[in-house]
Amino acid sequence: MATRTIRVGYLARVEGEGALDLHISDGRLARAELRIFEPPRLFEALLRGRSYIETPDIIARICGICPIAYQMSAVHAIENAFGVTVGGQLRALRRLIYCGEWIESHALHVVMLHAPDFLGYPDAIAMARDYGDAVRSALALKKTGNELLRLLGGREIHPVNVRPGGFYRVPERSEFRPITEQLMDARDRAIDLVRWVATFPFPDFERDYEFIALRHADEYPFNEGRIVSNRDLDIDIADYDSEFEERHVAHSTALHSLLKRRGAYLVGPLARYALNFDRLPAAIQALAAEVGLADGCQNPFRSIVVRALEIVFACEEALRLIGMYERPEEASVQIEPRAAVGFGCTEAPRGICWHRYEFEADGTIRTARIVPPTSQNQLSIEADLIAVAAPLVSEPDDVIRGRCEQSIRNYDPCISCSTHFLKLSVRRT
Amino acid sequence: MEDGRPRLAVWKFASCDGCQLSLLDCEDELLALAGAVRIASFLEASSAVEPGPYDLSLVEGSITSEHDARRIREVRQQSKYLVTIGACATHGGIQALRNFANVNEFIAAVYASPEYISTLANSTPIAAHVPVDFELQGCPINKTQLLEVISAFLAGRKPAIAPHSVCIECKQRGTVCVMVLGTPCLGPVTHAGCGAICPRYRRGCYGCYGPMESPNTAALAHEWRALGAPPRDIRRAFRTFNAMAEPFLKESSAHGD
Repeated sequence: MATRTIRVGYLARVEGEGALDLHISDGRLARAELRIFEPPRLFEALLRGRSYIETPDIIARICGICPIAYQMSAVHAIENAFGVTVGGQLRALRRLIYCGEWIESHALHVVMLHAPDFLGYPDAIAMARDYGDAVRSALALKKTGNELLRLLGGREIHPVNVRPGGFYRVPERSEFRPITEQLMDARDRAIDLVRWVATFPFPDFERDYEFIALRHADEYPFNEGRIVSNRDLDIDIADYDSEFEERHVAHSTALHSLLKRRGAYLVGPLARYALNFDRLPAAIQALAAEVGLADGCQNPFRSIVVRALEIVFACEEALRLIGMYERPEEASVQIEPRAAVGFGCTEAPRGICWHRYEFEADGTIRTARIVPPTSQNQLSIEADLIAVAAPLVSEPDDVIRGRCEQSIRNYDPCISCSTHFLKLSVRRT
Repeated sequence: MEDGRPRLAVWKFASCDGCQLSLLDCEDELLALAGAVRIASFLEASSAVEPGPYDLSLVEGSITSEHDARRIREVRQQSKYLVTIGACATHGGIQALRNFANVNEFIAAVYASPEYISTLANSTPIAAHVPVDFELQGCPINKTQLLEVISAFLAGRKPAIAPHSVCIECKQRGTVCVMVLGTPCLGPVTHAGCGAICPRYRRGCYGCYGPMESPNTAALAHEWRALGAPPRDIRRAFRTFNAMAEPFLKESSAHGD
């Protein structure tokens, strides 16, 4: 039995670092393991003993690419524990800042990290030599998302303005004038982006996923909703533990999440889209139909198109929220801590980000649990890799490796969030 | 592969990716930068990785494993200049809060099978392992300062990064002092660079840029007490994103929990 091993250093164009092992035995793909071995940073431990008021600032540091997701899940969990509801314009501003993060994060992934796979470039900078307009347009889109984050959050990475109960400072209506024009321009760019990425060559590949996402009574989900699936799941976020479990496996410093009854599931754009298509504005539904996605999307490679559609939605939603904005009198709702447990779950660009905190009477954290999107997708990524690589086992290692890296990037994995390192190896025995 | 352009490399250790993202957040300058330097290794952005040596290495993240302690020495050997970017690489980061605890207890609090986890008891800055040519502070760093540092090293001059406190930035911007309004603020002892964002958003600075040059932390702690802050709050304020920076470490240790 011949053994072949390929190593590819670290997987590129993902946030964080990890490794992949493919075990090929007797010409058959036996196992795929996504190894996440970046040294853990132990946030759930270091949060203990900290005050609820510092939590949004500390939790942001889990991820420089999606800090708002962590801040939002945390403030909702804190308010849930202390019996406070944030509504009206403060709630609208939270959706608005989330729009900024989706635009920034999705634009980064779609054009800078994922598009080079389809067009055969090592990165967006090399791609810019042949697709200069597309790359410049994506940078302009990304910049618009970042400017929205800067306006509402103070800065784009680790924003300082989010607090339990609302914000430290809320903008005047007039402050939105410059960003409104940029968002209209961004919406047009995003529509072009959808049409462009829809023309990419997609592998003919589909899987019957269990999609998990939030579902809200009448909105495409950001901050609130029930956890639902395309099977029979429909639960309150507080009941997460009754249906899901986290498992610790030897090859990973990220915990694997799975459905107790069925195993692997998928979170993120494909899941949100599948479960909330009817919550999208008619114009975006029409655009989806134009690019052939009216009946949903089970091809993970086409997630790039869904991400682009979500950029259009985020621009549209941001413009709607700004149009309805009236400056609230108070920047935040009064909060009185108490001994309690609270839950928060919001839609990070990469999928649901679930938090649970137990507080002491003075608002000090006793225990914290954080379930990031990438650790929830890990089993699905591994299952995709087996399905993608199985028909390719007789191909050269380079071909298998390339397609597998692309498959991993379908998920826009944030390995820093889930803890972390990708080293790709193929073992043939 | 040599084309005369200086070769830039970006490295990640234990971190959130935010500081290297600052480079990709230079939306208006990125393509020009990529023309002026050869981005020889930047895994977050490119799968094309060229071997060293490199003219300038930007290092994000702290050292928390034996593997990374070896890796940073290899990076140093390959780099003419090595610059740390951010609070993790410069002071050990938020993950250095483990340094005040028992790391095994920390691991057991997060993982069901602690035996699978191999990590060091302390999170340490890059300078604890190899010589560093410049440390750019901030959690996250300021992208304009990052471009200044890159330009300076490639031009062979000292980066023009002001070492004063956040207070000066508030004065320059005409922001009303939040301490005067009764809000405890770390601005008087914190390194400038962020643009004094927090006071502009009506909250006190929380020190994410780490200590300025020669800060008088004791005097500031005295002011915080006068504003009614309990010792525990003072301790936590100094013990967060730059907890292992010497002046902050000293001050946090002077206040009870």
